[in-house]
Amino acid sequence: MSIQHDESPKLMKGNEALAEAAIRANMQAYFGYPITPQSEILEYLTEQVPKRSKAVVLQAESEVASINMIYGAGGAGARVMTSSSSPGFSLMQEGISYIAAAEIPCLLVNVQRGGPGLGTIQPAQGDYFQATKGGGHGDYHIIVLAPNSVQEMADFVFEGFRLAEEYRMPALILADGAIGQMMEKVYLPKEGSLPFTQHDWATTGKPKSRERNFITSLHMEPDKMESVNLHLQDKYRKLRKEERYELFKVKDADIILVAFGLTARVCTKVMDLANEKGLRVGVVRPITLYPFPSDIIASLATPNRVFLTVEMNSGQMVEDVRLAVNGKSPVYFRGRMGGMIPTPEDILLEVEALAEKHNLIQV
Amino acid sequence: METKIDSMELVYAKPETLTDTPMHYCPGCGHGVAHKILMEVIDEMGITENTIGVAPVGCSVFAYMYMNVDMQEAAHGRASAAATGIKRVLPDKFVFSYQGDGDLAAIGTAETIHTVNRGENILMVFINNGIYGMTGGQMAPTSLAGMKTSTSPYGRDCATMGTPIKMTELIANLPGAYYVTRQSVHTPAAVRKLKKAIKASFEAQKQKKGTCFIEIVSNCPSGWKMTPLESNDWMEKNMFPYYTPGDIKVPQEMK
Ligand SMILES: Cc1ncc(C[n+]2csc(CCOP(=O)(O)OP(=O)(O)O)c2C)c(N)n1
Repeated sequence: MSIQHDESPKLMKGNEALAEAAIRANMQAYFGYPITPQSEILEYLTEQVPKRSKAVVLQAESEVASINMIYGAGGAGARVMTSSSSPGFSLMQEGISYIAAAEIPCLLVNVQRGGPGLGTIQPAQGDYFQATKGGGHGDYHIIVLAPNSVQEMADFVFEGFRLAEEYRMPALILADGAIGQMMEKVYLPKEGSLPFTQHDWATTGKPKSRERNFITSLHMEPDKMESVNLHLQDKYRKLRKEERYELFKVKDADIILVAFGLTARVCTKVMDLANEKGLRVGVVRPITLYPFPSDIIASLATPNRVFLTVEMNSGQMVEDVRLAVNGKSPVYFRGRMGGMIPTPEDILLEVEALAEKHNLIQV
Repeated sequence: METKIDSMELVYAKPETLTDTPMHYCPGCGHGVAHKILMEVIDEMGITENTIGVAPVGCSVFAYMYMNVDMQEAAHGRASAAATGIKRVLPDKFVFSYQGDGDLAAIGTAETIHTVNRGENILMVFINNGIYGMTGGQMAPTSLAGMKTSTSPYGRDCATMGTPIKMTELIANLPGAYYVTRQSVHTPAAVRKLKKAIKASFEAQKQKKGTCFIEIVSNCPSGWKMTPLESNDWMEKNMFPYYTPGDIKVPQEMK
């Protein structure tokens, strides 16, 4: 899908660009509950939508209610979205499991903050496991897109709706407090440029001409329940063709940094600083965290290369990097937690130490 | 002997809004009758094509197997949130939720109160059998004082377990509640009254009046460990004095 954009840019906050993009993507319903650092999404929608569209925007009594309203409205065939931040997103997990099982397309947004518990309102990436490994109960996955700019906050709304509807599953934009709050130049996607097709499975009222539609996740017979699972797993295999990533100078790199979202911005800066010092450093930025771009990472793994994964957590994506590398290169991890953002200087020190350890210093 | 079927008079037919799937309910359980009455009204009003229902988690989790209308099966307690989602995007359709007492008055309390408080234009059907039927007879928020269940084996002690909650009276206080009534399905007369209440609720929904809420006080022969007849008798003697059938909130224009 190629998104059509406005010719001139706007200066906007990540959360607001996302909300504006949702209106332009002809979102039909939004249900949400306030939580920092993403409340601007609900605020922007409650202000703009009544003036511009017929969409439903409803502040629910909780994230539990929001996600179940998404279940209902999405099941009724509407293009639906909700957003939250880490503690609220945890509350949605049961509902997301039901939605994944019932194959209802919807767009979810988690503008992550530091945890565990009530944590902090500062940015973090501690929900990677929750987002990419299922998060709720049972065997399921959701599509996970990791934006690293305000531009991608807007674009991934279109991309997320498209993927969710094509694969009949939830798509998640996994951002963080910094991407949500920062202001940047953005070329907004053009209104109405995302096609919508009516779903024949939706519960819209049963005409005489068809059998009733019902939406459920309940299958009491084990063989039926297994076949539903096999179907989901088959879908997840097909989804792998949607893997997306960005590569910077990896071809000749001795050290490959792997990072997503905000930390990928830090890492491209580290790459520049290291290159100036004569170190051959490249960056892999996974854009889809699920499906994870394993193949490209596997293809880069050679014995004379070193991987360093950088995250704002205690080391979550690094597990997927290790699985992809499969022992062919050493894989290291560097992270900050609790709302701390790693500085380029910090990571550069780590890169220099690795270069020395592995004799990668070229003069 | 030869029988001539075509000479017989058709006195009763199953409404098209019920599927042919045999119901799994225990003999004598009120759920089956409540399903039938609800579907009969939808059939008689000719609104099948425009009706979407939401089933709960509880004994009636399979309602969508029996009700021949478009249906969704919601998570435990969340039926009214799912119904809100449906109604908000399809405001001209008829939407109902159908929930047990554990679903609506324990785990789903917040959703129940806020759905009614917003005055969602839906019909909420609430089956109160004073027990968790599906999971095998545990104490419900509506179990009577002193009632023995598998998790209150010495009887419900209100001092430590709370008093049986009158959810219907509670939500009737909210301005969003348009029509609130308590009914039952244990006698033909009760069934006729319930039918009228359901019909009135869908009429109100058409006019976008707010939430209509029908509690159906029902039995649970298996959970209460009684025969169907005993359970109906016990219900009249013990449930009705506390959960007394009758209208709780009727708007002037409906009287
Ligand atoms: C989140 C969650 N918690 C618990 C359960 C287990 N559970 C299933 S049905 C039920 C109680 C149902 O009782 P009620 O709502 O009164 O309906 P009834 O079966 O009596 O008709 C419970 C606790 C569940 N399915 N999901």
